[in-house]
Amino acid sequence: MAAHLPVLPILLPLLIGALLLLTGGRRRRLEAALAVGGCIVLLVAAVALARAVDAGDGSLAITNRLGNWPSAVAIVLVADRLAALMVLLASTLGLLNTAFALSRWSRLGPYYNALSQFLLMGLNGAFLTGDLFNLFVFFEILLAASYGLLLHGSGERRVSVGLHYIALNLAASLLFLIGVSAIFGVTGTLNMAMLAERIPALPDGTRGLLHAGAAVLAIAFLTKAAAWPLGFWLPRAYEAAVPPAAAMFAIMTKVGVYAILRLGFLLFGADAGASAGFGRGWVFTAGVVTLAVGVVGILAARDLGRLAGYSLLISVGTLLGMIVFADAAAIAGGLFYLVVSTLGVAAFFLLSGLIGPDGGDTFTDPPLLEAYDPEEEAGLFTEEDERPVVISAPVGILSAGFLICTLLIAGIPPLPGFLAKVAMLAPLLAAPEGPLPGAATLLAVLVIGSSLLSLIALARAGIQIWWAEPNRIPPTIRLGEAAPLALLMLALLVLTVTAQAPLGFMQRTAAELSEPGRYIEAVLSGDAGS
Amino acid sequence: MEIVLAAAIGVLTTSGVWLVLRPRTFQVIVGLTLLSYAVTLCIFATGGLRIGAEPVLREKAGELVNYADPLPQALVLTAIVISFATTALLLVVILAARGLTGVDHVDGKDRD
Repeated sequence: MAAHLPVLPILLPLLIGALLLLTGGRRRRLEAALAVGGCIVLLVAAVALARAVDAGDGSLAITNRLGNWPSAVAIVLVADRLAALMVLLASTLGLLNTAFALSRWSRLGPYYNALSQFLLMGLNGAFLTGDLFNLFVFFEILLAASYGLLLHGSGERRVSVGLHYIALNLAASLLFLIGVSAIFGVTGTLNMAMLAERIPALPDGTRGLLHAGAAVLAIAFLTKAAAWPLGFWLPRAYEAAVPPAAAMFAIMTKVGVYAILRLGFLLFGADAGASAGFGRGWVFTAGVVTLAVGVVGILAARDLGRLAGYSLLISVGTLLGMIVFADAAAIAGGLFYLVVSTLGVAAFFLLSGLIGPDGGDTFTDPPLLEAYDPEEEAGLFTEEDERPVVISAPVGILSAGFLICTLLIAGIPPLPGFLAKVAMLAPLLAAPEGPLPGAATLLAVLVIGSSLLSLIALARAGIQIWWAEPNRIPPTIRLGEAAPLALLMLALLVLTVTAQAPLGFMQRTAAELSEPGRYIEAVLSGDAGS
Repeated sequence: MEIVLAAAIGVLTTSGVWLVLRPRTFQVIVGLTLLSYAVTLCIFATGGLRIGAEPVLREKAGELVNYADPLPQALVLTAIVISFATTALLLVVILAARGLTGVDHVDGKDRD
């Protein structure tokens, strides 16, 4: 049973998504029950997978070769701790976003729930696959679903941003294929474990081609991770998407980070002979510049969607800077930061949709389908109502959420954003061997600086929203939206109180990553028996 | 034969890149199509170029040298299907953008 567990996070969303297509968007209750039920089962499966992978310290990754073909030709699924962690993160986010979208956003157009299921399928597949070409296939699945989600709700702005987004991703996918074909041409395999085995023994004559292929592949990943200078599309695109879709996209940039982390350690780790450490300096540079651009952007952003988009860029930049350190403690801190920042930015996107457009942006809120007329609402408060200083429930909930998101993104105690930054900075200050001289110090300074500057930017936005504009339309919040947000906050609170357990898991994950031999053995040992 | 194939890939890529950088949506989509042809040929070439070699082993397994590598062909098939589907989707979005903005500029408005 446990051996087949890695298939479940891929097949389950596929099945639910197909069923949701059949309902045709007419039976809302059935659709809601299917979508949320499917996400809950998926979350349970992801937890089971993480527990199965984490059982026993020396255990190997779970490998599943579909149809039991030899791994040279099989579709190989590999669940190690890193993959299980990412699947768990995607499933958590999927459940909360699906529940959040049900009350309003998913009704702006057809098939929102089906598309988000397919997005989950692509995400989980990309995390679990053990083969470069299937990574491409799952990338395409998640991208195709994301095109639909970005266009959800339609309108001129979304269509024009969607046009750029699709064209850019098509070009990046072609680069992905060129990289894959170059690597295949050199090594004769696309199975990641077999690649890792063959790379140290490559003749020097073809190593250049391998590096060229890997570099082209990395450009495709960096485009998806929105690293500078390939990430100018991100703030506009995510701002235009409906908030729950944007929140779901918060993890899509992490797929690029995941791919670089995985391939960097597996193919170009310490055991890779002449190829060891290939490209680390470049990824580090891209990460550091992305971080700086994100900070400038967050200070300049005038509305909440942009603010969230640039804070996403900051987290991507930090992660790209972190994952090139060949130091298990630094990687563990980086993974903890990945989880916390993804959840924090996702919550921020959700909040930005509820609080509504800010500043002088011409972009209007997506039309609400419920009878909700701002003017009528405003008319309720006539001069006679002296407007007592009472903070209504929605304002209370939303401002508390905003405060929590600010603390998370800026990394202020007591929330886990702070713990994550400490977990990252402590190993960095011990100055581990980095990709470039002085890299650790530079990154530490930038991470601390970005915390301060994003705190300034977010506090300014908060003052503007909650204190400076008395004539704002009072925000509304429905129970169906408040509950997922509250759950997300609760999950983050639990993560703070019990930080030791997740951090321990991250440390084991980082240790496992630093020994690619275990991954290779787990994938290739299955062949002996067949 | 290698030089012909390499030249074909190079010409397709050059034209594709040039067209993708043009301001009209139609040019962009033709450019992306050309680029995907170039990539298809590129993947196909990684299996080695052979004339008259069969990809599938039949009746008796002869020398492996006489057979073409079937894996790149399988990869190419997948890549063609995927890029065809996404290009079709892009076409729909382009038509929608044309309908909403009234121009076929990629930014939705003409400079002048």
